Amino acid sequence: MPKRKELKKILLIGSGPIVIGQACEFDYSGTQAIKALKEEGIEVVLVNSNPATIMTDPEFADRTYIEPISPSFLASVIEKERPDAVLPTMGGQTALNCALALAEEGILEKFGCELIGAKPDSIRMAEDRELFRKAMEDIGLPSAESVLVSDLKHVDQAIEKLGFPIILRPSRTLGGTGGGIAYDPIDLKRKVSLGLKLSPVHEVLLERSLLGWKEIELEVMRDLNDNVVIVCGIENFDPMGVHTGDSITVAPIQTLTDKEYQTLRDAAIAIMRKIGVDTGGSNVQFAINPENGEFVVIEMNPRVSRSSALASKATGFPIAKIAAKLAIGYSLDELQNDITKETPACFEPALDYVVVKIPRFAFEKFPLAEPILGTQMRSVGEAMAFGRTFSEAMQKALASLEDDSFGFDKEDKFSDLGDQELLDQVAIATPKRVWQVGESLRRGISLDLVAERSGIDRWFLHQILEIVNAESVVRERQAQSLGTEEWVYLKQLGFSDVRLAKLFGTKEEKIRELRQSRGVRPTFRLVDTCAAEFQAFTPYLYSSYDRLLSDAPASNREKIIILGSGPNRIGQGIEFDYCCVHASLALRELGFESVMVNCNPETVSTDFDISDRLYFEPLTLESVLEIVEREKPIGVIVQFGGQTPLRLAQGLAANGVPIIGTSVDSIDRAEDRELFGGLVRSLKLQQPPFCTVRSVGEAASKAKELGFPLMIRPSFVLGGRSMRIVFSESELTQYLQESVDVSHERPVLIDRFLQNAVEVDLDAVSDGKRVVIAGVLEHIERAGVHSGDSSCCLPPQSLNDDLVAEMKRQAEILAKELKVRGLMNIQFAITPDREIYILEVNPRASRTVPFVSKATGVPWAKVAAKVMAGKTLDELKVEEVVPRGFFSVKACVFPFSKFQGIDTILGPEMKSTGEVMGIDRSFSGAFFRSQVAAGIDLPKQGKVFLSVRDDDKADVVEVAQNLLGAGYSLVATSGTAEVLKEHGLAVETVHKVREGSPHVVDKLGGGEIQLVVNTPEGHGPMLDSKSIRLVSNELGIPTYTTMPAALAAALALKEGMIAVSESPTVMALQDYQRLREAEPELRSVG
Amino acid sequence: MTERPKLLRKGFSGKDALTPGKLVLADGRAFPGMMAGAVPAGNDTVTGEVVFNTSMYGYQEILSDPSYAGQMMSFTYPHIGNVGCNTCDMESHSLHPTSVVVRSLSIVPSNYRSEMSFPEFLLKYNRVVLSEVDTRALTTHIRDSGAQMGAIGRVEIEDCELQKAAISAGSMEGQDLVSGVTCSKPYSWGELVWDAKRNQSRSLSQTQLMDRPHVVAVDCGVKFNILRLLVDSGFRVTVVPATCTADEILAFRPDGIFLSNGPGDPAAVKYLIETVQLLLGQVPIFGICLGHQILALACGGNTFKLKFGHRGANHPVKNLDTGRVEITTQNHGFAVRSESLPNDVRVTHKNLNDDTVAGLEFPEKKAFCVQFHPEASSGPHDSRHYFDKFFGLVVGSERLGIGT
Repeated sequence: MPKRKELKKILLIGSGPIVIGQACEFDYSGTQAIKALKEEGIEVVLVNSNPATIMTDPEFADRTYIEPISPSFLASVIEKERPDAVLPTMGGQTALNCALALAEEGILEKFGCELIGAKPDSIRMAEDRELFRKAMEDIGLPSAESVLVSDLKHVDQAIEKLGFPIILRPSRTLGGTGGGIAYDPIDLKRKVSLGLKLSPVHEVLLERSLLGWKEIELEVMRDLNDNVVIVCGIENFDPMGVHTGDSITVAPIQTLTDKEYQTLRDAAIAIMRKIGVDTGGSNVQFAINPENGEFVVIEMNPRVSRSSALASKATGFPIAKIAAKLAIGYSLDELQNDITKETPACFEPALDYVVVKIPRFAFEKFPLAEPILGTQMRSVGEAMAFGRTFSEAMQKALASLEDDSFGFDKEDKFSDLGDQELLDQVAIATPKRVWQVGESLRRGISLDLVAERSGIDRWFLHQILEIVNAESVVRERQAQSLGTEEWVYLKQLGFSDVRLAKLFGTKEEKIRELRQSRGVRPTFRLVDTCAAEFQAFTPYLYSSYDRLLSDAPASNREKIIILGSGPNRIGQGIEFDYCCVHASLALRELGFESVMVNCNPETVSTDFDISDRLYFEPLTLESVLEIVEREKPIGVIVQFGGQTPLRLAQGLAANGVPIIGTSVDSIDRAEDRELFGGLVRSLKLQQPPFCTVRSVGEAASKAKELGFPLMIRPSFVLGGRSMRIVFSESELTQYLQESVDVSHERPVLIDRFLQNAVEVDLDAVSDGKRVVIAGVLEHIERAGVHSGDSSCCLPPQSLNDDLVAEMKRQAEILAKELKVRGLMNIQFAITPDREIYILEVNPRASRTVPFVSKATGVPWAKVAAKVMAGKTLDELKVEEVVPRGFFSVKACVFPFSKFQGIDTILGPEMKSTGEVMGIDRSFSGAFFRSQVAAGIDLPKQGKVFLSVRDDDKADVVEVAQNLLGAGYSLVATSGTAEVLKEHGLAVETVHKVREGSPHVVDKLGGGEIQLVVNTPEGHGPMLDSKSIRLVSNELGIPTYTTMPAALAAALALKEGMIAVSESPTVMALQDYQRLREAEPELRSVG
Repeated sequence: MTERPKLLRKGFSGKDALTPGKLVLADGRAFPGMMAGAVPAGNDTVTGEVVFNTSMYGYQEILSDPSYAGQMMSFTYPHIGNVGCNTCDMESHSLHPTSVVVRSLSIVPSNYRSEMSFPEFLLKYNRVVLSEVDTRALTTHIRDSGAQMGAIGRVEIEDCELQKAAISAGSMEGQDLVSGVTCSKPYSWGELVWDAKRNQSRSLSQTQLMDRPHVVAVDCGVKFNILRLLVDSGFRVTVVPATCTADEILAFRPDGIFLSNGPGDPAAVKYLIETVQLLLGQVPIFGICLGHQILALACGGNTFKLKFGHRGANHPVKNLDTGRVEITTQNHGFAVRSESLPNDVRVTHKNLNDDTVAGLEFPEKKAFCVQFHPEASSGPHDSRHYFDKFFGLVVGSERLGIGT
């Protein structure tokens, strides 16, 4: 069936900010879809609020709107652009929900706009639990017994029918938000009422528990001719009860007979037809009783998903690209398999390897949240690995996690547990379980017992048993005594050099030397969709220790290797992948062969057509050295992938690997506090006084010299891990004793903390001679909030030109002194008396690069990559761009709703998962857009509760005046209320919690308050203010915990909302760019 | 290779039973591995035409498919044996490849349907498996150099000895392997397809089958699932040896004749081609795989040997009449040359991977056939409807040539 010619312009909806359950896999799918549609000559309009995405680069879509993904903003875009169709299946649940709202509100009909990829009825049938269950009944497929409740009254009946435990699934929430397992009636009722609140349609499905069943997923594609293919079957290592996003998953399916697999395949196809997904990809999940093969359908997603991204990477079948082509009318047999070139896309990939995906968690960031896995997804990223066997893939996946693991290690973490305790822990799904399983088998606990307690299939356990048994043999041997075949056997089981070094009690270098001296080197194999049946043309590779073949030998072109950023985590996410992708594209533009190394299946960088060659490998010294050895690049880029490649830089340099860009020494000079202190002094610049301490006692005495408050930062941390501001000596010693590992090897840095300082991020690029400022970003929150958690504005909205000029000057001399070649980021703090301090200098890509690129219209990461490859800034004709006439605001998105019971205040430890951007002619308008985009449901009217610490009492008046001016009424606790009354402002006083009922928490719970401004005092158990934040987090009431953000929000409510909200004006990035070019006053060249 | 068992013996119970061995191809390329199952003794060798199958599921069905007679089956999917073996998943009464080559042998199975482990199963049917082989290297080699013979033996045997054994095993071309796998005398069949809910294949009694249209299935190495699907679609089934004459077949008073799959070179099965020439036009005929090739040969077409054949469960086949694509199971080393076919034969299906003929219709003669395996087992069920089509043709509700 040929392409539908009448579709000339298509609107694609992105997925917005990175949140748990919806991450950069949708940038991958959206970017693929845009490219696929543009190839067909279709004009593509994109809406996505996330500036860190590749898809929002102006060169991808024809019209790019960085606007909130809400029905009203989308309606404005549709009205302006008049697309022929909307493609909602590439942007996750967010896009699907929004498209459904557009259809229900009649907006699509009004503008004659068709929904392609999935029809409203299909979306409803798949998303609405009850409709879905009925649909399954119609086609004779079993689904889990369930009861849909929309109030608490019917919960008792459900208990009678289902029995405990009961699974809760709120309708239409993201990543299973609000879902869980309840074990008793009180627990159940509490969770139901929360679920009802979180569900946009106020429904919760209560379901019979299938704990312990196998979980299987199939990725299905269907075209308008009703051709259906299964792209990939995925088996979860963890049994039912753990969200698939939080499970270790394996492709292909390992433990089903063909008869069982075909039964599921038939069911998946029947479901596609019943739900009516005419074109595109879907994901169908099944649970299977391992005792008797009974199966039930769990759910289906009529769109591309995290699993489809995984399936694409695992098989080489680009689901999103093909789905986009199917949506415009093609049939599967008309499309080509990109990898084999000769065979069609209408086939089912055959794998000759095993793929293991493993989630990465961030519970350490949310210490109060219990690290128990359930039906609500809580992982923040994932790594994936290929191997010829499950063992090899599994151990590579563990090494890819960058979680201090290099295989089935961590045995010392469980040494204090007895066998029984260990088994008790194995029974509970937690992030640690996989290592506990390894340890149980290592101790000789019977496999049957481990299988019974964990619910993990015996086949997987047998593979792990072989690994730990091999370990026990290794422990008795000397590394020198191993013969070649023994080395091969161990490497084929997936043992990393680091793990072997630990087992042999030696160093990694020694193991590498011994192994290589035996000639035991990896071979590289193609991910080719067809198990080598046909020749493959796309060099998408993984390593293995099978020995007779190495596919796709290196070319003799000049090549540069880019090291990616590994699994997403808080503090290192999509922004770094964005930079890596740009580096690859830039190097290709210059005629180099670009070689990408990464292990994150969600990313654009691991799309096989971004780079000339892709190695899907762990970012460990071992694997990178082997790739370098094979490719012999002229350079390796370590400065784009965040901390991950930087950590490898020393080791690579020591092994003679040519690292291009800023030298490793310079990076070290900037990262090492002592060296950096000397540098700052020599340049006559200022930084907050600091010292390095190696014991608690030393800390206490040095603290007196520096004076409180102090910022405590352990060395070698990412995203401000374990950073803390302390206000007194007792607080300092308590924190160091309880929470930080301070020792001679692990020194702790203590800085004077600058109170009420304005923080500024400055990004620049240098070619070693010239320095060009990319952007100056003024933070909205004051210093003390991690820069990754702060909102910020470009250009600065309150700093005067002299200060900005001085910071630029300092940046320039720093860049020159450090001989920066490539990107550099500096964080400044400006104290209330206008003194400029340097907080840190990072001679590498920073989190802000994509935002700055969007705001200035210059692809800075590309510029930097070209500079690193030898171009000068003059040759590239790069100039500073300061946008005038409009403001770009970045706001952060936090995962607090997934971690009930944790405090929502911001501090030096980064907690946000993603970011959004708002662009407007006014600062308040831009801030308002950013808040809507971040999903903060700012009320149009109602009551605002104010309770601020003493230091903020002066500022609260301005906030209150603006709120009153915007038509809100105010409620405050006594102290705050007093200040407001003194200024003649109308305010109602409410009891603090300790003053007795009815107090503020009662009012929050009763729905009387729509917005909260609450700033905490110091850092201690501030019971009152914490309970306010806990309740507002649980109920989803917007809460501001710093005064500057509260003031920006108040202004946004007063001015921005009126300007923007009803029928919002929207403008494409391309128009902003044209504006910059057409009106010179909007652009000043520095 | 001598060092590995040392580590293995202490390392993992089960694999200590493995014996070092190797596979050497006729062109001299050697692939080391570890043997299990019926390990050849001393200087014995096991030979066969080395073929690879890309299916990721259903190794038991594949190995019990008689079409693989005389071949050495290498699985491209690395883990084989994970779900063990059971009686229900047999596609015939024994195993047909001479030997099996895998990357990683699962010794301990995990599936509720399993009745014995994979190595036990191989031992029961007296077959050797060579494991720990770099099967991707083997597949790539076969793909690039074409199908060839190979020999498996103990590691102590010199490569050149094994190579000689491989060469002297000859070629599949011109060999009639059907006579080795066909049944010795006619029998009737009443079993239905596997029922997932009950995990069993129920059988119908002769009384239940009595009034049904009668199909005679000519057994060239028929897979049980074909017979099961014939019963499922409404037939009474009698299976007869491939050596039956046309008269003998007609004596069963069939309402339809089915020509089964089978091993080897179709052109070498001259007696059956002649039989089919006599039967064509008399009763509706449906052919699968070798049956398809026999029909093409019977009407004057010819066949040729593919470079390395089609073996897997992911082959896209396009129905040229409807434009729809089915994902099919395939297993054939020979194919029908389309330009050799007479004008009254319609090519109805083609394989989208290489455009070879995948289905034919003989509208005048009420016969049709497919190169692929609509009975799947193992593989997707997309094409099961051809059994209904055959039933329709037999009872008169279906006519051929609609698409022309």
